[in-house]
Amino acid sequence: MKRTLVAMVQDKPGVLNRIVSLFRRRNFNIESLTVGHSEIPGVSRLTMVVEAPNVPAEQFVYQLDKLVNVIDVTDLTDTRSVVRELALIKVKADSQSRGEIMQLVEVFRAKIIDVSLNSLVVEIAGPEDRVQSLISLLESFGILEIVRTGRVAMARGPESSHSSDNGNGIARMLREQPTLVKSAVA
Amino acid sequence: MKLNGAQIVWESLVREGVEVVFGFPGGKVVQLYHTLPEYPIRHVLVRHEQAAAHAADGYARSTGRVGVCVATSGPGATNLVTGLATAAMDSSPIVAITGQVGTRDLGKDAFQETDITGITLPITKHNYLVTDVADLAMVIREAFHIAREGRPGPVLIDLPVNVQNAVTEYEYPDQVYLPGLRPKPEAPTDLLHKAADMLNQAARPLILAGRGVTISGGQPELRALCEKGNFPVVTTLLGKSCVPETNPLCLGMGGMHGEAYANRALQAADVIFAIGMRFDDRLTGDLKAFARNAKIIHSDIDRSEIGKNVRPDVALVGDAKEVLARLLPLIQPASHSTWWETINGWREETAARDILNKEQERLIPQYIIRKMWEITRDNPPIVVSDVGQNQMWEAQYFFHDRPRGLISSGGLGTMGFALPAALGVQIGNPDAQVWVVVGDGGFQMNMQEMATMVQERCPLKIVLLNNGYLGMVRQWQELFFERRYSATQLFNPDFVKLAEAFGVRGVMITDREGVEPALREAAQYPGPVLLEFIVEAEENVYPMVSAGAPLDSMITRP
Repeated sequence: MKRTLVAMVQDKPGVLNRIVSLFRRRNFNIESLTVGHSEIPGVSRLTMVVEAPNVPAEQFVYQLDKLVNVIDVTDLTDTRSVVRELALIKVKADSQSRGEIMQLVEVFRAKIIDVSLNSLVVEIAGPEDRVQSLISLLESFGILEIVRTGRVAMARGPESSHSSDNGNGIARMLREQPTLVKSAVA
Repeated sequence: MKLNGAQIVWESLVREGVEVVFGFPGGKVVQLYHTLPEYPIRHVLVRHEQAAAHAADGYARSTGRVGVCVATSGPGATNLVTGLATAAMDSSPIVAITGQVGTRDLGKDAFQETDITGITLPITKHNYLVTDVADLAMVIREAFHIAREGRPGPVLIDLPVNVQNAVTEYEYPDQVYLPGLRPKPEAPTDLLHKAADMLNQAARPLILAGRGVTISGGQPELRALCEKGNFPVVTTLLGKSCVPETNPLCLGMGGMHGEAYANRALQAADVIFAIGMRFDDRLTGDLKAFARNAKIIHSDIDRSEIGKNVRPDVALVGDAKEVLARLLPLIQPASHSTWWETINGWREETAARDILNKEQERLIPQYIIRKMWEITRDNPPIVVSDVGQNQMWEAQYFFHDRPRGLISSGGLGTMGFALPAALGVQIGNPDAQVWVVVGDGGFQMNMQEMATMVQERCPLKIVLLNNGYLGMVRQWQELFFERRYSATQLFNPDFVKLAEAFGVRGVMITDREGVEPALREAAQYPGPVLLEFIVEAEENVYPMVSAGAPLDSMITRP
């Protein structure tokens, strides 16, 4: 079963290597991984979609959390979350097909961000199934190139995605240094 | 005060209470070694860096303190790898310090450069590459903290030469800031009550104890718990001595080469309280069949072990000593006399099959180990065993009462561990008598450390069980591979002459009558002794549960 994990990690050299290395040796498959700065200075946020047959779901969280540079791990799979992905799709487009493609793009609330005589680059951000649908539809026109970021996810509602204080590091960090995040809730 | 990196290392080690380090110099640690003599730290020069890691490990396991090893860059560092992996698998706290090429040369395939932090990622709890001397003191503080806390493990610090030479203002930090570490876990009270109820209501309860009990110092609490509830205790290999093995409640080791009655008890139990152990495959055999009749309570300080192999009915994440202490008042005194009748019946059956009760003529290893136990009873030693048949016979025929009395490589099963680890054990426990049990195969992997043994004046008593084979593999080849002894037969040197070449007293024993006198003499002899026993060549370890087979399907002596 696929799980969506959010990990808050210290922004130090080699942290990504540690995480990926851990998953490889535990035989967990990483389907997608995306990482960037979080709302806390010095802390990066990683979103991963992972899978391993016959592995209890909490193993991903517990094993990842053992790493010294990993402050917090949350499994968002069963939480009401907003899940998005960004894709850039370079599709063949000539004077015949351009109009149709642009209509599709509008229907999907996507954007055209590059035009040439023979191609268009479409940008779409949205839930993965919507991104996948657009890609499938564009395939009939001829896809030249695709880049996908992989899933990012965030829990719905006012609580942060880092689970409530169960010994996790982010809650403790914010308690000890409440000014870290300007609008942090104590 | 202003110190350079090398001075910061030693100064910080002294603040951490380090009294001895095991190491081997080289080009990228000359600065470190240059400043070392100014500090009150003993250095033990080994003959191979692997031995430095094993010695630090043996020191850590036998004392509970952090062991420290030092090596140079490149091949020096890579030679530590086996030792670090050994420590990682058995949760042993060591800090390894390696020299490294200067920061400007990193990544350019410089002379003796190796990405040791990359190589040791999977086998260290954490590791560091220090690029700024201003970070060094904090790194060392953190390294020791990480090595010790929670589930202990090895930490490596890679130190480029220019950082060793650089100067900064020194202050040893009071506190560490490690937001990625979880606070010490405490098992919830309601779960403790649930566990206690299960144990109190069980008809056939059993305790399965591992090294975690020893690490947390929970031996007295475990003993009190067992005695209150009259619970039988089965241990893992590394759990040996967490309850005195001569206590009738202790059934000894279970698993692949465990006591037959211990395995039968595991399979018949209806409630098993597993503490400080991780359901390793050597213990469980086929997981689908393991403890098929039992509900399981699993307690460990590392929550990622819970549910990894076995799904427990109750999980108690916490320090073993604390969990046991909190559980004790909730346990009702009981006798479980019916259960004990069954167990004791199995015990008698097993004893009847025991080769010690049958073999009177040949020199079998089991006899040697049992004699070793008998003659050391009034001065319980620390025994360090290697890996293979010698290790299993030691586990089966020596009763360990002394806490931390057996030091052995369990998780990684590293041949060549015993001699260097024993050096660490002796140096950490100068008042203890240290016996080393090895086979002819494993001994040769690190026998150069006899030189260290003599130089450091460690009076180890080495029991070399020489059967001319890589015994455990040969056993498998005999039982499962049509007796095809592919690459398992050893030409061996004259071990006695070899010992004497190192300045070690060597004695060869070829018959039963010579065993007891040789052992007694060695125990009295003030220096190191190598006792080479020429033992039955094709003796097997029984019982045996073959890999992946259910625990009930034990192969017993024909």
